[in-house]
Amino acid sequence: MDLKTLWFILITVLFIGFFFLEGFDYGVGMLLPFLGKRDEERRAILNAIGPFWDGNEVWMITAGGALFASFPQWYATLFSGFYIPLVLILLALIFRGVGFEFRSQEEGEGWRNAWDWLIWLGSLLPALLWGVAIANIVRGVPIDENMHYVGGFFNLLNPYALIGGITFVVLFLMHGATYLALKLTNGLEKQAERIANRTWVATLVMAVIFILYSFPEVFAKSQYEGLALVFIAIAVVALLVDGYFLKKGEMLKAFWAGGVTILGVTAGFFASLYPNVMPSSLNPQYSLTINNASASHTTLTVMTIVALVLVPIVLVYQGWTYYTFRQRISTKDELTY
Amino acid sequence: MDPLILARWQFAILTIIHFFFVPLTLGISIFLAILETAYVKTGKQVYRDAVKFWAKVFLINFALGVVSGIVQEFQFGLNWSEYARFMGDIFGAPLAVEALLAFYLESTFIGVWIFGWDKVSPKVHATVIWLTAIGSNLSAIWILIANSFMQHPIGYTMGENGVLMQNFGQVATNPNVLYQFPHVFFAGMSTAAFVVIGLSAYLYLQKRGDKAMLDLSVRWATIYGLIGVILVMTVGHFQGQFLVEEQPSKMAAAEALWHSEQPADFSLFAIPNEATQTNALEIKIPKFLSFLSYNDFTSKVEGIDEVQAAMETKYGPGDYIPPVGITYWSFRLMVYAGGLMLLLLLYLWYLNSKGISLDQKPGFAKALVWSILLPYLAVSTGWIMAEVGRQPWVVYGLLKTQKGVSPASVVGGGEVLFSLLSLGIVYIVLTYVGVKLVIKHLHSAPAQTPAAAD
Ligand code: HDD
Ligand code: HEM
Ligand code: HEM
Repeated sequence: MDLKTLWFILITVLFIGFFFLEGFDYGVGMLLPFLGKRDEERRAILNAIGPFWDGNEVWMITAGGALFASFPQWYATLFSGFYIPLVLILLALIFRGVGFEFRSQEEGEGWRNAWDWLIWLGSLLPALLWGVAIANIVRGVPIDENMHYVGGFFNLLNPYALIGGITFVVLFLMHGATYLALKLTNGLEKQAERIANRTWVATLVMAVIFILYSFPEVFAKSQYEGLALVFIAIAVVALLVDGYFLKKGEMLKAFWAGGVTILGVTAGFFASLYPNVMPSSLNPQYSLTINNASASHTTLTVMTIVALVLVPIVLVYQGWTYYTFRQRISTKDELTY
Repeated sequence: MDPLILARWQFAILTIIHFFFVPLTLGISIFLAILETAYVKTGKQVYRDAVKFWAKVFLINFALGVVSGIVQEFQFGLNWSEYARFMGDIFGAPLAVEALLAFYLESTFIGVWIFGWDKVSPKVHATVIWLTAIGSNLSAIWILIANSFMQHPIGYTMGENGVLMQNFGQVATNPNVLYQFPHVFFAGMSTAAFVVIGLSAYLYLQKRGDKAMLDLSVRWATIYGLIGVILVMTVGHFQGQFLVEEQPSKMAAAEALWHSEQPADFSLFAIPNEATQTNALEIKIPKFLSFLSYNDFTSKVEGIDEVQAAMETKYGPGDYIPPVGITYWSFRLMVYAGGLMLLLLLYLWYLNSKGISLDQKPGFAKALVWSILLPYLAVSTGWIMAEVGRQPWVVYGLLKTQKGVSPASVVGGGEVLFSLLSLGIVYIVLTYVGVKLVIKHLHSAPAQTPAAAD
């Protein structure tokens, strides 16, 4: 396998890690004002992701940095082109990250409510807009012969992309509710379980619409339709298995099934891209591909060594933190956030 | 509005604000790690109290550093896409290494540190803050490696559309970063020391807080700060000498030296006039610039006119002089702030050694509260000098700043204005809220009982 393909796969892996881990963080943030009625309930919810959210967010940062290192043209075209959505994502993440730290530092009800809603918005917007962005990337956007995106902002808000965005939102809601069912007590875990079951229905509906819509828009045009569909099939099966476990209340198994769904969807859509990285809707000749967007062989070699050494180490110590904080969070605990 | 101007303002403002939080994180994480190690070694409660007390300040600052850092990661794509295309082959790698090696480390272990006080043993807990501190400082190394390539490009070949990596080892050991990183590291130590000392002084004045804990913090921070300030000045001196060789346009502007001189005088104060290329109201120390640049009192120092002529020969006609007034004054302000910091710390050290506590010196304590601003002034002006002094280049000798901006057909002025205003206002508001929370934390310290205050 050549290095460009390897890096295409590694970028996919980083996005899978990002969507898997931040997926439930975003879900938790979106559920915060609804699931938590009283202040200590909201605090328990925040503390359920307290030790992890920053480490999870670095998956997104790494995906961005690795994109820059391995496919600089992709990085340049994507982030200058999808300008407004990216700025909105960044604003959202600012409020969300600061909110976790600041929220419980003041007693006032107004203060805490304001931060809770900012955290809510700060979780909803990135979930929605990353969905919109991924859908636009795989479907193709107007890119001219100089690799410049020329579509403007409103072009990005087409029906297909919006459906992709909503699918991400409900999928992450389900993932986050499942996570909270595993991490909370005092009856909150039961409520989270109910929400997970309900959002599962919504996820299934959205997923079916999104996948069907993707046949003409994406898969039919893909060079690797077969491979993409294998991953999509895995995602669909995992989602059904997820529903089965959610019904039975086996939340840990449901959580992993949800994770496989995220993996399958992400891998499926990235596979449908290959060997393009950003297809042009104006002219296939203008598309960014793994060949014309990639870094040099030397850079890719260096990065391969670095990634293959460091990513496993990161997985080990991040795993250790989940093990260290494996206990459920009670509203009666001494809460940090 | 011209997207280029807006993009430059945006980059400068957002990066400077990010770098408001960074040096404190760099320095105070190590300071806390030292204190917590002392706690584990001695078991004395006062060390733990100190760690717990300053942890709050650290964490408020850290949250702001993290969220403003996320923006940094994407800024090169947003407004500087042509820069990203030109530089990607070299620049992306250190950024990705920074994320993989440093950000994961600090972000994961800071979570364990915040939430793990009674989940892991004291030894593990102290190890975890060391790992966080190492992670933060590693992140500084890698981002500065990236920046050093812009200051002093080596280890590359020119490709069709930009620079190509030739030797990663050379890129990572750029001589520029061998000065830059220690300078930033010691600046971080100095910043942390002034924050701890200044906030402690505030508490003495308010007659609040646990006195034993404050005394301890001030004593340790004085030593820590003295090491930091003396070394930041020492390294800075050699860094300046390095730049005289490698970026003569920056140093000539930093000295407002319009014409070559032999020997050259050092300017203490001047009002440079870029139109007439002269300085008004200048105060000078004879021959001292020759000494600072070359360690003797006789050498010739190249002036702006000579540098401009040399660069025209090399790169063709054009204006290669950075904004002289800004470069000159940002350099002066950094150096003067550093000098003042040194004097303050020496006096504080003297008081400590005499056993005189700050509550006996309210005037000086007040000065120390205000002097929290000094390291922030120095780091901001230091970066302004480094980055403005590099103009018109964004990558020295290779790419002009105006060529790096995203094309106006992709990113229009309106979009840049939107992001500049929204992000800028949010940063400023949140910084203000953060400062408020720190002050609230100080006020939540218990008032000293009269007996304890004596
Ligand atoms: C507490 C902060 C602080 C203090 C007291 C000083 N500096 Fe500094 N300086 C910085 C913090 C800083 C900085 C913000 O961290 C910079 C920006 C870029 C860099 O490498 O460090 C910087 C840059 C910087 C540069 C430009 C580097 C470049 O363009 O690449 C020079 C030549 C010096 N410094 C020299 C000095 C000297 C001679 C000092 C004192 C006598 C001094 N600095 C005090
Ligand atoms: C190591 C990482 C850094 C990189 C890669 C970097 C990159 C850049 C780039 C691309 C520009 C060109 C845009 C412009 O001219 O405005 C620039 C300018 C600038 N940067 Fe940096 N920078 C770095 C660090 C910093 C830091 C830490 C600061 C300040 C705290 C800073 C302050 C500035 C300023 C003030 C300008 C404006 C110069 C001008 O417009 O004349 N930079 N930098
Ligand atoms: C201009 C280029 C820069 C980029 C792209 C950048 C990127 C980032 C990112 C993504 C984070 C968040 C990490 C997290 O979530 O834990 C961050 C935080 C941090 N950055 Fe920057 N940064 C830049 C400039 C700098 C410079 C010049 C330094 C140091 C010399 C620095 C040091 C740090 C540190 C220590 C943190 C930890 C959080 C904190 O500040 O409290 N950064 N940066």
